[in-house]
Amino acid sequence: VFLFLRQVSVPSHFRSFYSWAVPGRPPAQSARSGSIIYQPHRTSPRHLDPPFPFPKPSPHTPNTLSMALRTLAAKKTLGLALGGARPPAAARGVATFTLPDLPYDYGALEPAVSGEIMRLHHQKHHATYVANYNKALEQLDAAVSKGDASAVVHLQSAIKFNGGGHVNHSIFWKNLKPISEGGGEAPHGKLGWAIDEDFGSIEKLIKKMNAEGAALQGSGWVWLALDKEAKRLSVETTPNQDPLVTKGSNLHPLLGIDVWEHAYYLQYKNVRPDYLTNIWKVVNWKYAGEEYEKVLA
Amino acid sequence: MLLPVRGLPAAPHRPLTHPHSSPAPPPSLLGARRRRPSRRLSKVVSYYGLTTPPYKTDALEPYMSRRAVELHWGKHQQEYVDGLNRQLAISPLYGHTLEDLIKEAYNNGNPLPEYNDAAEVWNHHFFWESMQPEGGGSPEAGVLQQIEKDFGSFFNFREEFMRSALSLLGSGWVWLVLKRSERKLEVVHTRNAINPLAFGDIPIISLDLWEHAYYLDYKDDRRTYVSNFLDHLVSWHTVTLRMMRAEAFVNLGEPTIPVA
Repeated sequence: VFLFLRQVSVPSHFRSFYSWAVPGRPPAQSARSGSIIYQPHRTSPRHLDPPFPFPKPSPHTPNTLSMALRTLAAKKTLGLALGGARPPAAARGVATFTLPDLPYDYGALEPAVSGEIMRLHHQKHHATYVANYNKALEQLDAAVSKGDASAVVHLQSAIKFNGGGHVNHSIFWKNLKPISEGGGEAPHGKLGWAIDEDFGSIEKLIKKMNAEGAALQGSGWVWLALDKEAKRLSVETTPNQDPLVTKGSNLHPLLGIDVWEHAYYLQYKNVRPDYLTNIWKVVNWKYAGEEYEKVLA
Repeated sequence: MLLPVRGLPAAPHRPLTHPHSSPAPPPSLLGARRRRPSRRLSKVVSYYGLTTPPYKTDALEPYMSRRAVELHWGKHQQEYVDGLNRQLAISPLYGHTLEDLIKEAYNNGNPLPEYNDAAEVWNHHFFWESMQPEGGGSPEAGVLQQIEKDFGSFFNFREEFMRSALSLLGSGWVWLVLKRSERKLEVVHTRNAINPLAFGDIPIISLDLWEHAYYLDYKDDRRTYVSNFLDHLVSWHTVTLRMMRAEAFVNLGEPTIPVA
């Protein structure tokens, strides 16, 4: 019974995560390339599949059986029926995270960022961070309930890395916008004034962020941060997938630029400065401005 | 192992101080004429050059494509070489051999600005020589015995290497090193440019885990990259030579006590 329970307790997006490997059940890609619909009954020749058949973990994939079981578990009837056996983490409602949709098509940021990069970045990299984050959280829950202190500590790096990857990328997608929809338009309003005050001008800010991004050793992020207490803007860098909050709990990310090689390598190869120059053409300053006003409101 | 490309007479050891903070030269006697060194001779400087992998750039296909090798070697490594030379032109560390430079610039974990480029130049040179066309398989004789002694079996070593490579979060390197004091082989991974020379270990194999090393061929699939490296690229021939050299510094044999 326990084994059976474990199977059902796998979050629904995990199943769709692996389903591409099942022959005869390829995921279908809808006309809007940003969203992939999982169609279990569709059978099509392999060559019609998208080149990277990695279905987006969809929170909407209906799975009546697991939903029913979860409802049962929530009512604690299942736990009682098992004679006090502990229901698995997901059934007990450990929060799981899902891959957010992109607010634009994969190819919409071209030529600044190619569609292939966006697709891999979203479907592979971000999806892996989400999956591993959920896995780590489940392990953490198990370790806490077992009282295994050293396992809890051991899980920290996985949580920081994968959780950070999820947090950072979720911000990053919102920081970008196709040129046709207003990407790259310089900020107006309060944020514009604040940038002029703290950096001199938007050009100087961009120059500073480009310089810090290019100088960053290895993988990491460069941020435009807002200090909530001091109400000042600053440029910060974080290594690997460390989220901005590791630099100070007062810091709120307005704009983050991914300078991992996976963010630009297929298009810009070793020339990170070119990527940094071009990314500004698709930066969503409107979002940054809204965040700024929201935090300071 | 790696020497500056143009002949440089053995540089006198210079203590690690900033040029501006070095003690002033002793004052010359009043009126004494100082012999000016010839301008031309005093200008002899030598820098590092890009070393060439010991095979053609397409020799590692299909496991590492020609395009990937050309970019990795011709662009990335070249950038590190250029960056190192730019810094050495104004650095008090000028004149060290590359290995000494790496140890000095590591500065006990507070790397000096020269460290990153110096270590990356060394790492990449070492990486290219860790591979060969038709590589992979398993080692033989002494190397295999040593691996079996330190890891239990060759299979365990392979698992350990994979585990270490996949558990590195971010950019870096995975190494097979010979620990001097423990006198055993170990698999370690290091962040970004960090090189185990600085810890006193003797590197035997290096594998580049920066995304630029595998992204063109494998995209995000680091696992396949690492397993292809172990199965088809790693040069056990080089490993044997490196182990032989390492034995000059580390006694790996069992102590044989003569019976009187």
